[in-house]
Amino acid sequence: MNVPPPTAAPLTGPLTVTGTAVSLAGIHKSFGPHVALRGVSLDVRPGEFVALLGPSGCGKTTLLRALSGLDRIDAGTISIDGTDVSRVPVDKRDIGMVFQSYSLFPHLTAAQNVEFGLRMRKVDAARRAVRVQEALDMVGLGDRGGRYAHELSGGQQQRVALARALVTRPRVLLLDEPLSALDAKVRVKLREQIRRIQRDLGITTVFVTHDQEEALAVADRVAVMHDGVIEQIGTPEELYRRPVSPFVADFVGLSNVLEGVARGAEVEVCGRVLPVLGPPVEGDVSVYVRPEDVAFTLDSGGVDATVVASSFLGSLRRTSVRLADGTIVAVQHDASDLREPDEAVRLRFAGYPVVVRPR
Amino acid sequence: MSRPVGAALGRSGAVAVLVVAAAAFALPLVALLLFTFRVSGDPGALTLVHYAAIVDPAQEFTYDGLFRGLSNSLGICVVTVAIVLLVLVPTVLLVEMRYPAMRRVVEFVCLLPLTVPTVVLVVGFVPVYKVVSGAFGSAAWTLAFAIGVIVLPYAYRPIQANIAALDVVVLGEAARSLGAGAVPTVFRVILPNLRRGILSACLLTVAVVLGEFTIASFLSRTTFQTALFLLQQSDPYVAAIFSLAALVFVFVLLLVIGRLGSFRPSRRTS
Repeated sequence: MNVPPPTAAPLTGPLTVTGTAVSLAGIHKSFGPHVALRGVSLDVRPGEFVALLGPSGCGKTTLLRALSGLDRIDAGTISIDGTDVSRVPVDKRDIGMVFQSYSLFPHLTAAQNVEFGLRMRKVDAARRAVRVQEALDMVGLGDRGGRYAHELSGGQQQRVALARALVTRPRVLLLDEPLSALDAKVRVKLREQIRRIQRDLGITTVFVTHDQEEALAVADRVAVMHDGVIEQIGTPEELYRRPVSPFVADFVGLSNVLEGVARGAEVEVCGRVLPVLGPPVEGDVSVYVRPEDVAFTLDSGGVDATVVASSFLGSLRRTSVRLADGTIVAVQHDASDLREPDEAVRLRFAGYPVVVRPR
Repeated sequence: MSRPVGAALGRSGAVAVLVVAAAAFALPLVALLLFTFRVSGDPGALTLVHYAAIVDPAQEFTYDGLFRGLSNSLGICVVTVAIVLLVLVPTVLLVEMRYPAMRRVVEFVCLLPLTVPTVVLVVGFVPVYKVVSGAFGSAAWTLAFAIGVIVLPYAYRPIQANIAALDVVVLGEAARSLGAGAVPTVFRVILPNLRRGILSACLLTVAVVLGEFTIASFLSRTTFQTALFLLQQSDPYVAAIFSLAALVFVFVLLLVIGRLGSFRPSRRTS
């Protein structure tokens, strides 16, 4: 298909990108008998940072690749800035992409890598030089332009890849697990840098990750995917506090799964009545309770338990306790409140609404 | 736990093994070299007359067949390398990037000639070459089609090893996402990164072509090796000179391949 490359931002002047809206409607994709996407719809607002979060095989990377044009979709519509690009090939879609594996071209220096997209767009040499330096400065590697990929660390390579993806001022930035190959400290630093640059440029960004902490930390909204569909999309706070399904409650953050009896909009768990999130339910249910919604108490009305083990998490501590029926419950509390194994304790449940699933 | 063999031998033992092995290879070559300076019927005398004979216009007719064979072999080298570049490289790339499920089949086909004796292959080529001669004539360069089959394993391996060391699929996708079409992706990104593998494949192809005797002999074509065989019966001294030269040439080729294998681009000083 011979479609000229769409250019949302002119390739002159300072590196700024205006955000564009992205819309995916009813996307279906199968690989042979395996259905990877089942009618996925997603709207990304201009300048928004959306994370696609989910376990391996949930379809998040397939959705990103469909959006990029690297994989063709079986059905549905993909629009960028109101234009249907469903049949537009990847090289004409005007997207910037950073891959999970280091994808710098080994035979080119960092600067030549960044320059590549500008060469493909036939930008003149003088302008290319300015823009390449600007992009490398943006990711803090202005003095590393002459180095080859094997002379850069993993974090530096991904920063060059980010500069390379942004230097052409794409309409959408797509990040396919760009941090997963990096060690923990570099990962945190780079994700903050990505977020800062994304905010500065105002570029619409879709970020794929299986790391819930990463998604909750950087995204404006997170789409939790499971088995080829988006289970829930919302702000990190919404996902954490008001999960719409047991899968989301379980996947986003930690949850204790306790047995309870539901009566309409309420559920009784360990002798305590808690409000139910979502539609009323009746009968025996599994109840999802966050570790921070359980606390130690001296109140005689608390639930009796015995300490099993305690883990130090920096400013917090997570202690596992065993209830009388043998259920293990995780309690998240202040790090200074040290509990010894076999210590008898009492638990109190906060009155937050909980997700339930019929048993 | 027993010590490794190398450690047990010690450094001096390893050097001794190396010297013996080197001598085993070098002695016949030195003997061959000395033979080229020998005078027929006078065991003690040394002469350069055999070297001078090669460039002597009066002897042109004697060595004409050899130079024609050499020229034919170089022609076959060019056509065989072209087959490797125009057929094998695109096939391997296409399979790697578009049809990965076919990789095992291509690998099997490419390595198959190693398992079939050349004589057996030639017996199969004879009827095929009746058709080839009808279509392209019986010039020596047409041997490149048969030798192209023989070199497949040697050409395939370095290319495949180079591909395995790179993630060509991701590199290709990265190039496409940056606005490169299929042609710039292949020529500006993929092929430059396969340079070492492709060059090694070409050099190995040249080495195999220059050493190929069986196919040319059975299909009655004059090549460097068949001409050398004939010359050896009339003038063993000049045949030895050319054998030695061919060995040195292939040795240099292998050194170049070794250097290519360890080459990495390094930082610019600016």
